[in-house]
Amino acid sequence: MSMEASRAAEPNGATPALSLPFASAPSRSRLRKQWARFSRSKLAIPGGVIVAVFVLVAILGPFLAPWDPYENDLMNMLMPPTWEHPFGTDELGRDILSRVLYGAQLSMVEGIFSVVLAMLAGVPVGMIAGYVGGRTDTVLMRLVDVLLAFPGVLLAIVIVSVLGASLFNAMIAVAIYTMPIFARLARGATLSIKAEPYVEACRAMGMTHRRILLRNILPNIASTLFVMAVLRVSLAILTASSLSFLGLGAQAPLPEWGAMLASGRNYMLIAPHVALFPGGAIVLLVLGLNLLQDGLRMAFDPKMVER
Amino acid sequence: MLVFLARRLMQLVPVVLGVSLIVFLMIHVIPGDPAQLIAGPEATPADIEVVRTSLGLDRSLPVQYLTFLGKAVTGDFGQSFRTGRPVIEEIGARYWNTLALGCVAMVFGTVLGLAIGVVTAVYRGTWIDNAVLGVSLLGISAPSFFLGILLMLLFSVSLQWLPLTGMGSWQNFIMPGLTLGIPNAAVIARMARTSLLEVLQQDYVRTAQAKGLAGPVVVLRHALRNALISVVTVVGLQMGYLLGGAVVTETVFAWPGIGRLLIQSISSRDFPVVQASVLILALTFVMITLMTDVLYRLVDPRIEIK
Repeated sequence: MSMEASRAAEPNGATPALSLPFASAPSRSRLRKQWARFSRSKLAIPGGVIVAVFVLVAILGPFLAPWDPYENDLMNMLMPPTWEHPFGTDELGRDILSRVLYGAQLSMVEGIFSVVLAMLAGVPVGMIAGYVGGRTDTVLMRLVDVLLAFPGVLLAIVIVSVLGASLFNAMIAVAIYTMPIFARLARGATLSIKAEPYVEACRAMGMTHRRILLRNILPNIASTLFVMAVLRVSLAILTASSLSFLGLGAQAPLPEWGAMLASGRNYMLIAPHVALFPGGAIVLLVLGLNLLQDGLRMAFDPKMVER
Repeated sequence: MLVFLARRLMQLVPVVLGVSLIVFLMIHVIPGDPAQLIAGPEATPADIEVVRTSLGLDRSLPVQYLTFLGKAVTGDFGQSFRTGRPVIEEIGARYWNTLALGCVAMVFGTVLGLAIGVVTAVYRGTWIDNAVLGVSLLGISAPSFFLGILLMLLFSVSLQWLPLTGMGSWQNFIMPGLTLGIPNAAVIARMARTSLLEVLQQDYVRTAQAKGLAGPVVVLRHALRNALISVVTVVGLQMGYLLGGAVVTETVFAWPGIGRLLIQSISSRDFPVVQASVLILALTFVMITLMTDVLYRLVDPRIEIK
C-alpha cells in the first residue's frame, strides 16, 4: 500500500534550501503536511493507538495488574481463564494477565534501549564513513560487512554466548546486531546530503567538519533515521524475545513474553492459554509498531523506498 | 562474467577473514582462562597446563589465529567438550538437515509469496488486496517461535494431522517449513506486488492486453516474468535469514539441525561446537549471497557487469 502512495507524494520538504547553519525548526505548515501524509496511510493511526496503549501499559502495568506477577499459587496451577484470572494461571499458579502487563515494560525497554544504543554506535560510524569517504569509508564499511555476514539473529546469539545469558546482555547483543543497519543507512543518507550545494557552501564559509556533520547533515538525515528506528524497535523486540525464548535472554522468573512462551510451551497440550496470551501480546505490539512505521515513513520520508 | 566473479570473490576475502576472527576470538573474550574452559571444571592445574601446551594456547594470539584458520580450512575444529567426538562429525548430518529445512521453507515462502503478490497486484485496492495485506502484516509481526507454537496447536493438538516434533517423515517438514517460510512469504509478497504493479504499467503489457490476450495470460506470462527479476534477489537474501531463523524454528520443533545444536552447545558451554556452527552458518550465508548476486546478473541481462 505504501509504495504507490510514497511515489505519488511530493518531494521531501525537509531539505532546507539555503537555511544555512541551523536546522530550521519545523514550521506549522510543514507539520500539517506531514500529518496529512501520515494519515494517508490508513493503518498508521490504528497502529499509533496500539503502540500508545502498550506504552501506557508499560508505564501503568504495576498499578493495573490485579495480582503479584511473581506470587506462586500451587493450588491453582495452569487454570484456564476465569473471572478471577482473565488470562488464566501458569505452571506455578501465577496470574498470566499480571505477568503480561508487567512484561510490557520489559519489551519496551528491550526495544528502545537496544535501538538507542545501536544508533549511538552506528550513526556516527556511518556518517563519518560517508562524509570522509576514501580509505576510512572502505575500512569502516568492511567492518560493517563482517557484522552483516552473520545471518539473522546469529550475531546476537554469538554475543550472548560470550557475554552470558541475561536480559541486559541480550539487549547489548541486539544493539550490536542492529548497529550495522544504522551505519549503512547513515552512510547512504550522509552521502546524498553531502552532495547538496549548501554543504559545499558551508565548507566555503569555513565551517569545521564537525559542525557541518552535527548542524547540517545530522538534522537532515534525522527523519530517515527516526523512521528506521521505529521499524528496528519492533525487530529488536522480536529478536530480544527470541533470545529469551531460546534461554539466552531474560531468565525466570522475569515475566518477559518470550521467556513466558518458552516455559509455557511445555504445558501446551494441557494448557494452551499459557503460551497464547504472551505470544498474542508480542504480535499485537509488533503489529502496532509496523503499522505506525508505515505512516511515519510517508510523513517524514516519502522518498525513501523500502529496504 | 568471470571477471565479475573473481572480483566478487576477492571482496569476500576480508569478510570471511573478519568472520573467522570474531569466531576465533569468542573463546578468548569469554571471562576466564580458555585452557581451564577446555579442560573442564574438574581439571587439576597440571591438566590445564597440558591442555594449554597441546592446543598451543601458550603461543601468541596471531599464531593461534593462523593455526585455527589452517585447521578450519581442513574441517578440523577440534573435539566436542561434551561428547569428545570431532566437531565436524557432530555437525555433519545436522548441517544437511538445516539446509533441507531451509530449502523447504524457501519453496513454501516463494510459492506463497508469489501467489499473494500476484493476487494483491491484480486485485489492487479491493477488499481482497486489503485483507491479504493485513494477513501478511500479521505474518511479519508474529515471532517465529510463536508462529510455530500456533501451528502445533492447530495441526498437531487440535486436528491431529501432523506429528508434533522430530524428523521422521515428509510430514515433519510441513510445520517447521511453514514457520520459517511464512515471514519469508510476507516479504516476497510485498516485493512481488510492487514490481508486478510497476511492470503492469509498461507499454508492452498494454499492447498484450490490446491484442486481446486473456488477463491471466498477460499477467502470468508477460508481466510476472519480468517482475520476477527483483523477486529473485529477495528470495536469495531471505535464504540467508532462513539460516538465522532456523536456530529458533529448530528449537521449537526439536529439529536435529545445526541451529538446535548451536543452542544446546551454548548452554553446555561446548565452545568448539559453537565456534564451528557459527562459522559454517555464516560462510553458508556469504556463499548464498554470492550466488544470488551471480544469479541476478544471469537472469537480468540489462545489468552491466562491472
